Amino acid sequence: MPKSPVRPDDEGQAGARGEAAKGEPRLYYLLFLVQIVICLWAPFYNRVEPSLAGIPFFYWFQTLCVVLGAAMTAIVYFATGRTKS
Amino acid sequence: MEAPIHNIRWDALAVFTLLLAFISWLGFAAARWRRGDLDQLHEWGLGGRRFGTVVTWFLVGGDLYTATTFIAIPALAYGAGALAFFALPYFVIAYPIMFVTLPRLWRVAARRGYVTASDYVQGRFGNRWLTLAVALTGIAATMPYIAMQLVGLRVVIGGLGLHGQGLIGELPLFVAFLILAAFTYSSGLRAPAAIAVVKDLLIYITVLAAVIVIPLKLGGLGKVFAAVPPQKLLLAPPGVGTTGSYTAYTTLALGSALAIFLYPQSLTGLLAASSERAIRRNAALLPAFSLLLPLLVLLGFMAIAAGVDKRPEYAAGFALFKTNFAVPALILHSFPGWFVGVAFAAIGIAALVPAAIMSIASANLFTRNIYRDLLRPGLSAQEESKMARRVSLVVKGGALIFVVLLPVQYAIELQLLAGVWILQTLPAVFIGLYTRWFHGWALLAGWLVGVASGTAMAAAAGFTATYKLVIAGFVLPGYAALYALILNLGVAGAATLVLRSLGVRLPPDESGPEDEDEGEGKGAVHE
Repeated sequence: MPKSPVRPDDEGQAGARGEAAKGEPRLYYLLFLVQIVICLWAPFYNRVEPSLAGIPFFYWFQTLCVVLGAAMTAIVYFATGRTKS
Repeated sequence: MEAPIHNIRWDALAVFTLLLAFISWLGFAAARWRRGDLDQLHEWGLGGRRFGTVVTWFLVGGDLYTATTFIAIPALAYGAGALAFFALPYFVIAYPIMFVTLPRLWRVAARRGYVTASDYVQGRFGNRWLTLAVALTGIAATMPYIAMQLVGLRVVIGGLGLHGQGLIGELPLFVAFLILAAFTYSSGLRAPAAIAVVKDLLIYITVLAAVIVIPLKLGGLGKVFAAVPPQKLLLAPPGVGTTGSYTAYTTLALGSALAIFLYPQSLTGLLAASSERAIRRNAALLPAFSLLLPLLVLLGFMAIAAGVDKRPEYAAGFALFKTNFAVPALILHSFPGWFVGVAFAAIGIAALVPAAIMSIASANLFTRNIYRDLLRPGLSAQEESKMARRVSLVVKGGALIFVVLLPVQYAIELQLLAGVWILQTLPAVFIGLYTRWFHGWALLAGWLVGVASGTAMAAAAGFTATYKLVIAGFVLPGYAALYALILNLGVAGAATLVLRSLGVRLPPDESGPEDEDEGEGKGAVHE
C-alpha cells in the first residue's frame, strides 16, 4: 500500500516552524527536471559557435550547466530545508 | 608486459614516495580518530556514522572521483574527443538524484542500523532472494572497479619509470597494495576518510596547476581546441535513420547518473554521515567536484596539442598503457620532476582511497547480507567485524591477482558490465524508497531480466558502451544498462500486476511508517 505523504501531527509543527507548504518541495524538484532536460538535449549544444575565448559552445555551455546545476541544487536545498538550524 | 626499464625519475619518485608514506601513516593513525569500537561492523565499515558535512564531502568526493576518472576521462578525450564530455551531463543529473534519494535512505538506515543497500531491501520487501540478488550485484559490481584503480596506479608507477619485467616489475604495486590492505584492515572506513582530505587537495592542486600552466605553454586555450581534429571536436551528427552519437551520449550520461549512487562504495561513503542534513548539504556541495570534469577533458585535449604521442620518450608508455598514458605523458612533459611526483602521488592516492572504500563496501555486503544473514545468523558483532576485515583483504587480493595476471582489457570489460549490473538494482533500492507498490518477487524477476539482457547487449556491442537498439528499422545506439533497466521495470511492473491480481500478500515493511516523513534532525546520530 502506498503510504500517504500527509501526517496529521506533522502539519501543525510544520506550520509553526515556518516551513514551506506541503506542495512546494515538489515545485522545486521541477527545477531539477529542467536542469536535467536541458543538459541532455545534445542536438541543441552540439555546435562550435558561439565560442567563448576560443572555447567551442559544446564545451562552455555544458560547463555552464554544471555551475547552474550546482546553483539549482543549492537553491532547492535552502528552499526545502527547515528554518531552524 | 615485457618492457625495458625506463629511466627512473628520481626526483619525482622521491616526492611520490614521501607523499605515499605520509598517507600510509595517516591511514593507520585514523583508527584513533573519532574513536569507536572497531569490533562493531558499523564502526569499522561505516566509521560509526560520525562523519559530518565536511568530512563526508571529502570522503564522497574521494570516492566518486577516482584514479579511473583522472586517467580514463582524459584518455577518452584524447582518443575519442567530444564523447568524453558525457561526464558533465552525467554529474549534473547525478546530484539531483542524490538529493532526492539519499536523505531518505540515510534516515531509514540510521534508524534501523542498516549498513548496506541489501539491509534496506530486506527490511522493505522482506524477500530473501531479492536481498541476495542485490548483495551479489553489489559485490560483483565493485570488484572490477577496484581492479581499475590498481590499473590506474600501475600507469603512474610506469610513468615514474618503474617498470620492470614479470613479477619483479610489479613490486611497487604489491607494496602499495600491502599498505592499502594493512590500513584498511586496521582502521576501516576512517582510513580512506582521513586520506581523502589529502587526496582531494592534491588533485585540485594538480589539475588547477595543469590547466593554468599548460595552456600558457601551448599558446592559449584557443590553440588547444584548435589542435583537436574537427571530427573529434564535436559529437558526430547522426546519419539518416539513426539517432547516432546523440542517444549514445545522452543515455550514457543518464544511465551513469542513475547508477552512481547505487554502487556500494557510494552508499557506504554516504551512510557513514552523521546526519541527514550532512547528506542534503553534500548534494548541494559535491557539485563543486564536477568542475574538475571539464578540466580533465581539457587535459586530454592538451595532450593532443602538446603532441605527446609523437615524442619518443613516451613511446614505451603509450605502447604499454595506450591512451591511458596521455595524462602521465602530459605531466612528465610539462612539469619539473618534483611536481611530477606530486601529480602522480595525487593520482596514486586517488586510486587507493576508492579502492579502500570499495573493498570495505563489498566486505560489508558479504559479511552482513550473505555470511551473517544466510549462513551464520547468530554471529556476534566482533565476529562480524573480523570477518569483514578478512573479506576486504580477499577482495583486494583478488583484484590485484586479476590485474597482474590478466590483460587489462578484461578489467575494462568487467567494469562496463559492472555499470550494467548495478543499475538493475535501481527498482529495488531507489523506487523502493518511495513506494512499496512493486512486489519482491516481481522485482527479482525484473532484476534477472535486466542483468541477463544488459549483459547480452553489452556482449553484442563488443563490450563497448553503445548498443545499437533497432526499433522498427530505426537505430537507437544507446547505453545497454539503460535499455536493460527499461526492460527490468517493464517486467517488474507486469509481474507485480499479476501477483496483485492473484492476491499475493506483501511481507510486512520493517523499515517502518515513521520513516516516511521529512524529518530533519530526526534520526540524526550524534557523536
